[in-house]
Amino acid sequence: MLPHLDAAYNLARYLLRDADRAQDAVQDSFLRAMTYFGGYRGGDSRAWLLAIVRNACFDQIERDRRRSGDAEFNEEIHVSDQAEPSPEATLRARVASETVERALEGLPPELREAVVLRELEGLSYKEIAHVAGVPVGTVMSRLARGRERLHRALGAGGGEEDGDAL
Amino acid sequence: MRCEEVRARVTAYVDDELDPVEGAEVAAHLEACPECARLEAAERSVRSAVAEMGTYHRAPHALRARVLGALREAPAEPATARPRRRGGSLFDLRFLVTAASAAAVVLVAVSVLPSFWRGPVPGPAEEALAGEVLNSHIRSLMASHLMDVASTDRHTVKPWFDGKLDFSPPVEDLAASGFPLIGGRLDYLGGRPVAALVYQRRQHVIHVFVWPSSRASASDAAPSPRQGYHLFHGVRRGMVYWVVSDLAPDELATFVRLIEK
Repeated sequence: MLPHLDAAYNLARYLLRDADRAQDAVQDSFLRAMTYFGGYRGGDSRAWLLAIVRNACFDQIERDRRRSGDAEFNEEIHVSDQAEPSPEATLRARVASETVERALEGLPPELREAVVLRELEGLSYKEIAHVAGVPVGTVMSRLARGRERLHRALGAGGGEEDGDAL
Repeated sequence: MRCEEVRARVTAYVDDELDPVEGAEVAAHLEACPECARLEAAERSVRSAVAEMGTYHRAPHALRARVLGALREAPAEPATARPRRRGGSLFDLRFLVTAASAAAVVLVAVSVLPSFWRGPVPGPAEEALAGEVLNSHIRSLMASHLMDVASTDRHTVKPWFDGKLDFSPPVEDLAASGFPLIGGRLDYLGGRPVAALVYQRRQHVIHVFVWPSSRASASDAAPSPRQGYHLFHGVRRGMVYWVVSDLAPDELATFVRLIEK
């Protein structure tokens, strides 16, 4: 199972926006995965595992929401400031990647999940639907809304910077 | 197609999730309609910003160790609480850990390879060695004994082999090319101790097995597929090397070109 560890951690890290909590959630999920292995019906083992990870994370998010007594726990509370710096990255690239990360972390978790699985994990709509337990149409509308918000957050000016768009 | 129909599909269009007929209709509309084309461009610019600049958080090494530790400990823990019985939770969990790793390996194996793909026909000795190489790769992933020395620094990995082998394997870090070195291990192949170097590409593990050869240079032009994995081998500067991974053949070929340099 450890081949999917990076995918599991990346998803948990974005959903929980905290490195320690993400590690706890991943460890938990792998233990759950072992216990539930009897429920595994074949097919894509990565999607199966990621579904367990995301459920653990959303449980956590739900608990946080209840504890803080605030339905809008989401925005800007747990935003972490530790973007692992890579030594070879130029300052500009680092600033750009931090901007993207903050914009991602500012999305509501359902939209964030769809964008992370699509853009960083490269999953298809069908796989994302499987992980998130929603219809494919919902995946598409979450991606559309997520990207629209990101576009605003990143302050991109209508796409004219993307010359080879067509 | 009308603008509103196109706009409802533009997200799926940039993700290549439309069927070909719809995709062609959307493409034709975008050619002709600058308004909708602007939306498409905006969506693509966000996509590429996230894909290119978004951080992919790899699991820290500490987490890998923690998870392995937890999985190993889990079966032992209830022993004090509950009497041990066959078929009970102790036995099941231990079995499941193994079954799950085996299943993951098999799934990876099954999912990778287009069945029409065939490599060169190897000789019997080579065939046997290829089997050993592949077994070692799979076994190390299943038994979670991937590395004896975990380090991304070749100046740590290379000296580690000193005194453990009667040769010094070439160790290169290819992180700059997207294939970071993650460690090394001793292994035993073809009746001799060999160096196993472990590289990573996204979630894929690449093994390079190295030992001295009597020949100076030779190479396989194409990778040979085996149970869904791909194997390359050749001889460079007096060293035999075997490369094995579940990585796509073209990416693995890129890796081989780098280590052959």
